[in-house]
Amino acid sequence: MNTLLVSLRRDLLLAGRRRSEVLTALFFFVVVVSLFPLGIGPEPALLRRIGPGVLWVAALLATLLGLPRLFAADHADGTLEQMALSSQPFVLQLAGKVAAHWLLCGLPLVLLAPVLGLQFGLEGDALVVLMLSLLIGTPLLSLIGAIGAALTLGVRGGGVLLSLLVLPLFIPALVFGAGSVEAQAAGLSVRGHLSVLGAMLALAAFFSPWATTASLRIAME
Amino acid sequence: MRPLHTFHFASPATFYPLAGRAQPLFALLALVLAVGGLYVGFFVAPTDAQQGEGYRIIFVHVPASWMAMFIYCVMAFWAAVGLAFNIRLAAMMASALAPTGAMFAALSLLTGSLWGKPMWGAWWVWDARLTSTLILFFLYVGFMALQSSIDDPRRADKAGAVLALVGVVNVPIIYFSVRWWNTLHQGASVSMTKSPSMAHTMLWAMLIMALAFWMYSIAVSLARVRNIILEREAHTEWVQHAMA
Repeated sequence: MNTLLVSLRRDLLLAGRRRSEVLTALFFFVVVVSLFPLGIGPEPALLRRIGPGVLWVAALLATLLGLPRLFAADHADGTLEQMALSSQPFVLQLAGKVAAHWLLCGLPLVLLAPVLGLQFGLEGDALVVLMLSLLIGTPLLSLIGAIGAALTLGVRGGGVLLSLLVLPLFIPALVFGAGSVEAQAAGLSVRGHLSVLGAMLALAAFFSPWATTASLRIAME
Repeated sequence: MRPLHTFHFASPATFYPLAGRAQPLFALLALVLAVGGLYVGFFVAPTDAQQGEGYRIIFVHVPASWMAMFIYCVMAFWAAVGLAFNIRLAAMMASALAPTGAMFAALSLLTGSLWGKPMWGAWWVWDARLTSTLILFFLYVGFMALQSSIDDPRRADKAGAVLALVGVVNVPIIYFSVRWWNTLHQGASVSMTKSPSMAHTMLWAMLIMALAFWMYSIAVSLARVRNIILEREAHTEWVQHAMA
């Protein structure tokens, strides 16, 4: 556990020294979300209808934006190899890095989502459900994305390839995340949606660090 | 008694001639079955009461969808074997299957839209099955793109294997989430007509075509894996000897 925390602290510290990278992903999220009303038109009813989906798709893309940097710098300066060789479990160190990625790329989106939701005419309970779904969903995105980032590490055209690999795997999260807000709007219980999201998160939290470890070891052979 | 060599044919050098002998056999089987299946499908099977003659595309469409899903599982199986036992040939087999699987997924989407236009009045509907086939196609494309962008073949094999395994875990999750998503968004306004009792000849034609596609997949992937073997083992003596 200590290993995980050390690795987490290190990544947070590094990000604190280069704040612009974190802010870029956040502003990307805001800009993408703001483009939709401009492209579709300002009718409140329509915006309220598409709002959850737009916010979720934008969150997906914003998460994707931060992924190539997850391992790239550490790979370039050899830190990653030292981590793999060290006596501490590699998988825990990576879990720490993924947790840091979520704290830096995912959590800000969750906190910002209600403000953007207001722009789409979402109110009250809908915003709460949106936040909850993103709170459960964004760590899931980070965990799945980490596998893709590890697989495409140091590969030609890594960034585009990463999106091709990872986006289809994001689909279940998108379906249940955006679906939960729509279920709330339709007056249905959101518990089912959030439970499925939670189940997927639990699955990913268990399997994804192992798959990421395996992929990174392959990449560093 | 000779000991059983489980991994005897796991060596490219022994598998290459075996594949060469088996490949024409499967190709012939595929041809015979396809001709038989198409004959039953076009001339023996009765005209559908609701859909007329247009339904006959089912004999290509449904087997293609089956094969697209099945080949992904086979591909993931070989990828897992390759990763677990560190067998090069298994990984080559996985790479050889991917283009065929992608082709069947694309064929299924194409015939689906050709069928959908006259029956549903739309080239594309966001039906759960159509959408999950589309996503399956994306997964195949991702697998091939990843493998082709890594220069070192051994690394490409292993990275592809991890991706195929992650994909095969996700395929059922994606399938069910898309199905749930579809039932939430639009009621079952359009669903493939489940005829109460499908005529036996129709079912037979479909099964024969599925077998034909299966044999075709084996033949084509054997041919492809032979090429991959030659390409990767070009430095070895036996390849140089075989090519001389």
